Amino acid sequence: MRRIELMHRLVAVLHEEAVVGGIGNTNFDLFSAGHRPQNFYMLGSMGLAFPIALGLALAQPQRGVVGIEGDGSLLMNLGCLATIATVAPPNLTLLVMDNASYQITGGQPTASAAGTDLVAVARGAGIARSDWAQDPDDFVRLVENALRETGPSLIGARIDDAPAAGQPARDPAQIRDRFMQALGTRKDFGAQVDNE
Amino acid sequence: MPSPSGKAWSDVVLETLKANDVRLAVYVPDKILIPVLDGVRADPFFTAVCATREEEAVGICAGAWMGGMRSVLLMQTSGFGNTPNALASLAVAYQIPVVLLISERGTLGEFNAGQVWSSRVVAPVCAALGITHQVIERLEDVAFILGHSIKQAVATQSPAALVLSPLLTAGKVFAA
Repeated sequence: MRRIELMHRLVAVLHEEAVVGGIGNTNFDLFSAGHRPQNFYMLGSMGLAFPIALGLALAQPQRGVVGIEGDGSLLMNLGCLATIATVAPPNLTLLVMDNASYQITGGQPTASAAGTDLVAVARGAGIARSDWAQDPDDFVRLVENALRETGPSLIGARIDDAPAAGQPARDPAQIRDRFMQALGTRKDFGAQVDNE
Repeated sequence: MPSPSGKAWSDVVLETLKANDVRLAVYVPDKILIPVLDGVRADPFFTAVCATREEEAVGICAGAWMGGMRSVLLMQTSGFGNTPNALASLAVAYQIPVVLLISERGTLGEFNAGQVWSSRVVAPVCAALGITHQVIERLEDVAFILGHSIKQAVATQSPAALVLSPLLTAGKVFAA
C-alpha cells in the first residue's frame, strides 16, 4: 500500500481526533495529506508517538486520539504496547506504518523484513484488537471501527518506501503551541487574560 | 522519618502534588518511592501509570500536558539515565514542563556499584540541557521546593528535576 494514499484516506475520516505522528516519513506524509490543527509532529524522541498519544488519551478521555508510528520506531519501544494494554484507554487508536525498513537512514532492513510480526507482537502484549489491513479499503474500515468502538486498538499497514511528499516546518515550539490551541489547552497570545 | 506533625516526606509529596493539581503519576518502580507509589495507586485523585522505561514515561507525561493534565514522573537515579534523548528532543525542544521526581541512589551508603556511577549522570545531564535541578534533603523543604518547582515548570514551560536525597528518605542501605 502507498503510505501517502493511506494518510489521505485517514485524514478523510477524521473529525476532532488528536493525531500524533512519529518521526520521519510517518509524520511527513501525515502533514502532506493535509495539515490539521489537531496534528502533532515529532522531531526526535524516536519511539514515543504511542506514549505521547497515551498521555493525550488519558488527559482528554472524551476525544479520540490516534498515534501513528513506523516499524523502526515501534521496535525501539515495544514496551509501550504492554503499558497501553494495561492502561487500556478506550479512546486510543494505534497505526503502524510498516515498510520493513529504516527508510530515513538509508533503507536498512528492520526486524519486520526478517519476519517480526508487529501486529502479533501487539496482540501478545495484550492489545486484543490488533489487525493487519489487507488493502486501503480494509485500512479505512478498520480505522473507522477503531474510532467508533471501545479501544485500544492497533492497525498495521504494510506500506511502500516512496519518499514523503512534503514535510512540516521544524519548529517544535510552534508545533506544540498550535496543537495545544487546537485541543483547547492553551490560549492564543492575543487571548491571554490571566495576570501571572 | 516523620516530622513533628507526624507526616512523613512521602505524605508531604502526595499533599503537594494534589495541591498543585498534579493528577497523573507515571512511574518506573523504585523501593525508596514505595510510599509515594502506594499513595498514588490508592488515591482516586490520581491516575497512576507504570511505564516500562523512563523515556516512555517522558512521552506519556508530555502527551498528558498537551492534553491539559499535569503529571509527575517518578523514578530512581539510574532510570534518569534512560531519559536524555526524550528530555532533549521532546520536553526541552517543545517546551513541555515534565516534572521529574527522582529518588537518589548511589550516595551515602550505597551498596551497589552499578548505582553509584549511574547516579552521577543526573546533575551533568540537567546542566547540559538547561533543566533546573534541585536536591531535597530536609523534610521542611519538601512542600516548598516541590510546589514551587511545579509552579515554575508550568509558568515557564520548562521541565524540572527534583532529587530526593537519602538525607530525606533514609535511602536504601545494605545491612553491612
